[in-house]
Amino acid sequence: MNEIISLSVHELIEKLRAREVSSEEATRAYLGRIEETEERVHAYLSVLEEEALAAAQEADKRLAGGDNDASPLLGVPVAVKDLLCMKGTPTTCASKFLENFISPYDATAVRLLKEAGAVILGKANMDEFAMGSSTEHSAYGPSRNPWNLETIPGGSSGGSAATVAARSCAASLGSDTGGSIRQPAACCGVVGMKPTYGRVSRYGLIAFASSLDQIGPFARNVRDCAIMLNAVSGHDPLDSTSTDESVPDFTGDLGAGAKGLRIGIPKEYFIDGMDPDVESAVQNAIKTMEENGAEIHEISLPHSQYALPVYYIIASAEASSNLARYDGVRYGLRANGNSEEYGPLYGMYAASREEGFGEEVKRRIMLGTYALSSGYYDAYYTKAQRVRTLICREFEDVFQNVDVIMSATAPTPAFRFGERMDDPISMYLSDILTIPCNLAGLPGISQPCGVTSLDLPIGLQIIGKPFGETTVLRAAAAFEKATDHHLALSPL
Amino acid sequence: MDFETIIGLEVHAQLKTHSKIFCGSSAAFGGAPNEHTCTVDLGLPGVLPVLNRQVVEFTIRIGLAVGAKIVPSCRFARKHYFYPDLPKGYQISQYEQPICEGGEIHIFLKNGEERIINLTRIHMEEDAGKLIHGDEIGDASHSFVDLNRAGVPLLEIVSEPDLRTAEEAETYLRKLHTLVRYLDICDGNMQEGSLRCDANISIRPRGTDNFGEKVEIKNMNSFRNLRRAIEYEEERQRATLEAGGQIIQETRLWDDPSGPTQPMRTKEYAHDYRYFPDPDLVPLQIGKKWLNEVRRKMPELPDDKRERFQKEYKLPLYDAEVLTAERDLADYFEKAAGAAGADYAKLVSNWVMGDVLRVLNEKKADIENCPVTADHLAKMIGLIGDGTISGKIAKSVFDIMADTGKDPETIVEEQGLRQITDTGAIEQAVADVLSTNPKETERYKGGEKKLIGFFVGQVMKATQGKANPQAVQEMLREKLSG
Repeated sequence: MNEIISLSVHELIEKLRAREVSSEEATRAYLGRIEETEERVHAYLSVLEEEALAAAQEADKRLAGGDNDASPLLGVPVAVKDLLCMKGTPTTCASKFLENFISPYDATAVRLLKEAGAVILGKANMDEFAMGSSTEHSAYGPSRNPWNLETIPGGSSGGSAATVAARSCAASLGSDTGGSIRQPAACCGVVGMKPTYGRVSRYGLIAFASSLDQIGPFARNVRDCAIMLNAVSGHDPLDSTSTDESVPDFTGDLGAGAKGLRIGIPKEYFIDGMDPDVESAVQNAIKTMEENGAEIHEISLPHSQYALPVYYIIASAEASSNLARYDGVRYGLRANGNSEEYGPLYGMYAASREEGFGEEVKRRIMLGTYALSSGYYDAYYTKAQRVRTLICREFEDVFQNVDVIMSATAPTPAFRFGERMDDPISMYLSDILTIPCNLAGLPGISQPCGVTSLDLPIGLQIIGKPFGETTVLRAAAAFEKATDHHLALSPL
Repeated sequence: MDFETIIGLEVHAQLKTHSKIFCGSSAAFGGAPNEHTCTVDLGLPGVLPVLNRQVVEFTIRIGLAVGAKIVPSCRFARKHYFYPDLPKGYQISQYEQPICEGGEIHIFLKNGEERIINLTRIHMEEDAGKLIHGDEIGDASHSFVDLNRAGVPLLEIVSEPDLRTAEEAETYLRKLHTLVRYLDICDGNMQEGSLRCDANISIRPRGTDNFGEKVEIKNMNSFRNLRRAIEYEEERQRATLEAGGQIIQETRLWDDPSGPTQPMRTKEYAHDYRYFPDPDLVPLQIGKKWLNEVRRKMPELPDDKRERFQKEYKLPLYDAEVLTAERDLADYFEKAAGAAGADYAKLVSNWVMGDVLRVLNEKKADIENCPVTADHLAKMIGLIGDGTISGKIAKSVFDIMADTGKDPETIVEEQGLRQITDTGAIEQAVADVLSTNPKETERYKGGEKKLIGFFVGQVMKATQGKANPQAVQEMLREKLSG
């Protein structure tokens, strides 16, 4: 394997600054790796070779000039999920509807990456409109898990996770609505973090569920994850839900260790049907943290059992609304649907949406439309919001006594293709441990904590208080330091 | 049967902010199609709304003006329907938690009766774009979408069903028009749709309490059309009921110029708008501090100004109503009345309501650029007051001022219009008139007293109108009785 692509982000930054490696070399190395792995992994929907090389050459010029503190990722090749708008490039959201959509603007997170000097290699595959846990719902075919090509990489940010695991980029961005960063990170044996809701601007993130969506990084280790998060965090006047909370240096507490950390272990998170290998890996992780000086507290989050139905009502309701703009009028797919039943206009709407959206997207639009319908609104949407409030309060109470919460990221490792396609509920269960964190807007990370007997990665989830990313990263770094799970490489 | 009409109005007022309600695009009227658009109002994937604070401030102004409760925390909601002029597939509006609740509007009817119309709510929302159908521009096979209006801020002001007649409805709308212009939040241009109104109308036998089935009428873009539409609709409903028919709950369109309301959609097509709180916009908090800031900047309101005019200038209700209908007109009056002096306030009012408004109408001018300035008007009234010119001469002076913009004193001097106060000169003219009209003199002396008018006219003619008619008349009586 090429030496450059085995460097982590912070190692690569050092070598770029020391002028031992040029950004162009690094970019070419990754483009070569993409060429080598894409046929098997299909992590990308588009590879931006020309743009990436131009950005790399520009980065090299600036690196030669020195003094690049304002551009912490200068020259580092990364990937972004294809629901982040990037000016002048295709942004499809893995949907047929947006097959020919070229974004005329940059998402704030993309702009910040560019301003930090990152070289964007391409747009990563995903489940269509971020709806799914496997990338099997991508209109352009699934990505494959570099650990085992017969299994899913997780989703919806499966491409972003797979490219990091396949070392076809140094790090990447994804988005997490109900676990869409953490679950694929767990499946692919990489680090993935969903920051606090409001920490990263959603402007230019094609919305799935506005009150839950949050952009976050994938990386090979905790430090890289913190560096990526540093680059994209902060208040954005273009996003009213982005917070003006000050942004600390997320690498600041990485070396603080586990000593004195109060870790809550929710008993409800060891659910029935959990894979025994996953359960024992998590128990081992708890033991490791305790051995390193953390205090372990058993806690209870009883309302978490309602998180899944609450999530499917709220997320689908918001999705049904957010996806109403895909009507064939201004951009995207337009099908001719003049029919006697609907007439030319409504016929066009119906035909365009019928043709442009996949099954899972339609399922959620219908669920959400139903939940918001007159006569059902109070029973579903209003009630779901009430339970959501209870879930938030429950977390608040628990965080009076603990600093972070630890659990498995997903109850099982990556499943095989097709295994859950015909049973949406079983697929929805992949997110059962990650969803509560989105409902409460909390930061959460997933990091490797071992492999199953079938050599599939297992993810450890650490959840923190609102804007407590630093503490989450500190705990994750402490675990990483005490173990070497993150060093395990996919066989690809 | 004697029926009573029940009317509630929903008025949409376009706020005169520079930019749209949720993005930086210009909110200006006109422009080439889609010139005033950006990523946000085009509804591109991934964009987010950001609330324009000026919109909130304007809404607080009207909320304070009508005595509404301005809630400390309110939300925006999404209203869903598919139409090509609605880029996101939903309109951002307010639903369960509007910014203003309650409030009232006071109106005076022609007979001087005061009516208080209660408001249900006032809320903020975005306008939609518009469709240009191809046959209008020579391409019948397509329709075109212009999103310049999409996202322009609107207020929806909803009244309780407190209005009973077309006159009340029209007076109410005029009062709102006055109010939004006083508050400087809407230009009130009804032709451009800056102020438009939908009416809910039902009728019921007088003396009963239950409301009848209501019909919504849309698209009335003038005071006159509102009045005509209501009159037409109450008559249509009455005729339907009297013929044994039933009123169907429906939306009808006022089809100007052909007049009558036409059915637009009936209840069976009623939309389920699936309102829910917009998760892209955080709850809007309005604290006491903000309220007080806006309160400090509030202008004197039309009702207060009217009452003050009645008291301070001793004007009748009617005068005070007319003069305070527009803030600029009221300012003009006050400036003129102030310069002319309190004793002349009613005279100033007469001139403003009469000749000033006439000239503005003739010259299609606004009061702000009235060719007769308030100072000139006051000076002219002063000239009447001190006897320099007569009221009659004043009319000519006024017209010359309107045409030339000159100072009234200059005009009087240039044209030699100064009233003759020299008794000798008047005496001479009187003597001349009597001697050249011996027959009339005889007839007057024989008892035909109404001939006095003839003599006055003759003397005024002889003096080119510059004599004081009062003095002329007195002198004539004296001479003729002698």
